[in-house]
Amino acid sequence: MKILVLVKNVPEVAEAELEIEQGALDLEDLEMVVNEWDNYAVEEAVRLTEAAGGDVHLMTLGGEDDEDVLRRGLAMGAHSATHLCDEAFEGSDPTTLARVFAAAVKDGGYDLILTGVQSADLGQASTGVLLAQELGLPHATMAIALEPGAGEVTVTRELENNTSEKVALPLPAVVTVQSGINQPRYVSIMGIRKVRKMTIEMLEAGDLGLESQALGREASSVAGQSLALPPVGEGAQMLTGSLDSVCGQAAAILREKGGLA
Amino acid sequence: MDFSLSKEQRDIVKAAREFAQGEFTGRALEFDRSESFDLDIWRAACDLGFVGTFIAEEYGGAGLGFLEHSLITEEFWAVDPGCGQGVLSVTFGSELLQLFGSEEQKHMVLPELVEGKAIMCSCITEPEAGSDPSRAATTAVRDGDEWVINGSKMFITNGTTAKWALIFAATDPDNSDRHARHSFFLAPTDGPGFQATKLTGKLGIRASDTAEVALSNLRVPADALVGQLGQGFSQLMAFFNRTRLHICAQAVGLARGCLEESVKHLKGRMQFGQPLAGFQVNRFKVAEMATRIRASRNLYWEAAWSMDRGKVDHGLIAMAKWFSARTAVEAADEALQIHGGYGYFDEYKVQRLYRDAKILEIYEGTKEVEKIIVAGTLLG
Ligand SMILES: Cc1cc2nc3c(=O)[nH]c(=O)nc-3n(C[C@H](O)[C@H](O)[C@H](O)COP(=O)(O)OP(=O)(O)OC[C@H]3O[C@@H](n4cnc5c(N)ncnc54)[C@H](O)[C@@H]3O)c2cc1C
Repeated sequence: MKILVLVKNVPEVAEAELEIEQGALDLEDLEMVVNEWDNYAVEEAVRLTEAAGGDVHLMTLGGEDDEDVLRRGLAMGAHSATHLCDEAFEGSDPTTLARVFAAAVKDGGYDLILTGVQSADLGQASTGVLLAQELGLPHATMAIALEPGAGEVTVTRELENNTSEKVALPLPAVVTVQSGINQPRYVSIMGIRKVRKMTIEMLEAGDLGLESQALGREASSVAGQSLALPPVGEGAQMLTGSLDSVCGQAAAILREKGGLA
Repeated sequence: MDFSLSKEQRDIVKAAREFAQGEFTGRALEFDRSESFDLDIWRAACDLGFVGTFIAEEYGGAGLGFLEHSLITEEFWAVDPGCGQGVLSVTFGSELLQLFGSEEQKHMVLPELVEGKAIMCSCITEPEAGSDPSRAATTAVRDGDEWVINGSKMFITNGTTAKWALIFAATDPDNSDRHARHSFFLAPTDGPGFQATKLTGKLGIRASDTAEVALSNLRVPADALVGQLGQGFSQLMAFFNRTRLHICAQAVGLARGCLEESVKHLKGRMQFGQPLAGFQVNRFKVAEMATRIRASRNLYWEAAWSMDRGKVDHGLIAMAKWFSARTAVEAADEALQIHGGYGYFDEYKVQRLYRDAKILEIYEGTKEVEKIIVAGTLLG
């Protein structure tokens, strides 16, 4: 089985001090990490090939430093990787990006294409679905289990309230992977050393036969406008005073808002 | 000069951090309180190749440098020193064995350390010989094809968990040159003459095993001698020149843990109607902490880097050791201060870091001993 996994480097924002520079998140002091959902997808792909043979190919679209995310996946056990890296890609909306991925993927002969359900930074949850559309392939989203069979894959999809749905798709297919589908392994030193001997394929727009007019901000119908940090103080109310008084005030607010029966 | 890490080294740092955060964070308090450790964490670290990265490939290691081992150490200690020591101290002695051991000894022990099948310990310190190991009174006496070892060793890391012990013993106690009196021996710990007793009540790194070892008529074969007879002291100095770099990495990791906790607390805690981070006195504290951490790291990176290029700079290593240890102790002190009363309780990581830090100024050469070495390079 030949599996492709799309992976993305995203900034770790959980405990970070965020700043906005010219309408975008200032990445200067932020640590870049693998998008959580993608990490599950890589693990799932590696497990499938460990169990039944085959190859896992990784692909990311990003700047030079984003190669990290490919090396990480290779160290986890993927076999090869492609880095789509070109300034012309910048500012593309999800549909345009899906076109880029489709151009890079279409002749790869993949049986299964996995992406994370969404990316932690933009949360569009669209890459996998739009790519399936571009390639004319069936797709399923929110996978919490994957069972490949003869010429098909059975996908368990996570629904609300602990319910799940099983669907079967003919291969090739695109599946977006939900977090929690497995327990991703740690990266090992052996894995990292293995990557030393690998070369990562670098492709620019021209290599994909894409004109730069068909890419980036101009070619996109959805234009990013602004990014805003949460307004300070509006989400929280600071109570001051002695412990007794703070407790009293908190109880009063809860009662007033119907939080205490 | 290039201070940047290679891609591979950056990957190692990230991998080590992810492992430590995943495996140490939730257990550190429990290990600290109970003075115990879960050796499954050590085994998992071995399976992932974090242990003994500096051991040559022919002995099962990754054949990486002391710098890479130091990078892993720094990440582990930034998350939790006790767990870091629990996992990474298991090769303590392999540096000496790799330098001076016979092929047979190396093949017997080193692969087991990397694979997580064995732990080793180094028995140098004695009740009457700490800073001055040349006074070690444990003796090894030749008896036919064997050596018979007698004496007692103190504060031995992994004494009760080790399968292999390196033992520093006098083979020529009356030699007029006190640096020619001792030799090292490699011994299994399961024989009747090796008795280790766990010491409890440690101030810090309480997840790490420390023991008292009684050696009574411990018999080892003639080929248990490591390297040349009478070379023990100079082997010990060569050994410390390597392991002291690891202590620097421990110190920088611990100090970084202090800085990270301090920054978090300063931003989150409000007093006088503003975050603690607003007070200049606190801002200066973290500024100084960060500066000293950087200086410590650059000092030991230079030492580790030149070591990996075959140049051993005894004075530089001693500078890096005392300076980084001091940095850690001071950072822990300020980090606790910044946390106020909360920092006094073990629910807060800084309390543990405060206790863990002090060992860095004691083991593998106290800060005074390191300064004696540095001064020696300047004044003779
Ligand atoms: C947790 C822990 C783990 C350890 N692990 C090991 C291990 O695995 N293997 C091992 O062999 N040892 C180990 N040690 C022992 C450690 O290396 C010694 O404790 C250390 O070398 C100091 O020796 P000492 O405790 O006898 O102190 P002493 O040598 O008695 O020193 C006491 C004080 O006097 C100072 N001092 C001594 N001589 C001088 C001098 N000439 N000039 C100025 N000041 C001086 C010292 O700096 C120190 O401040 C460990 C110790 C601890 C606490």
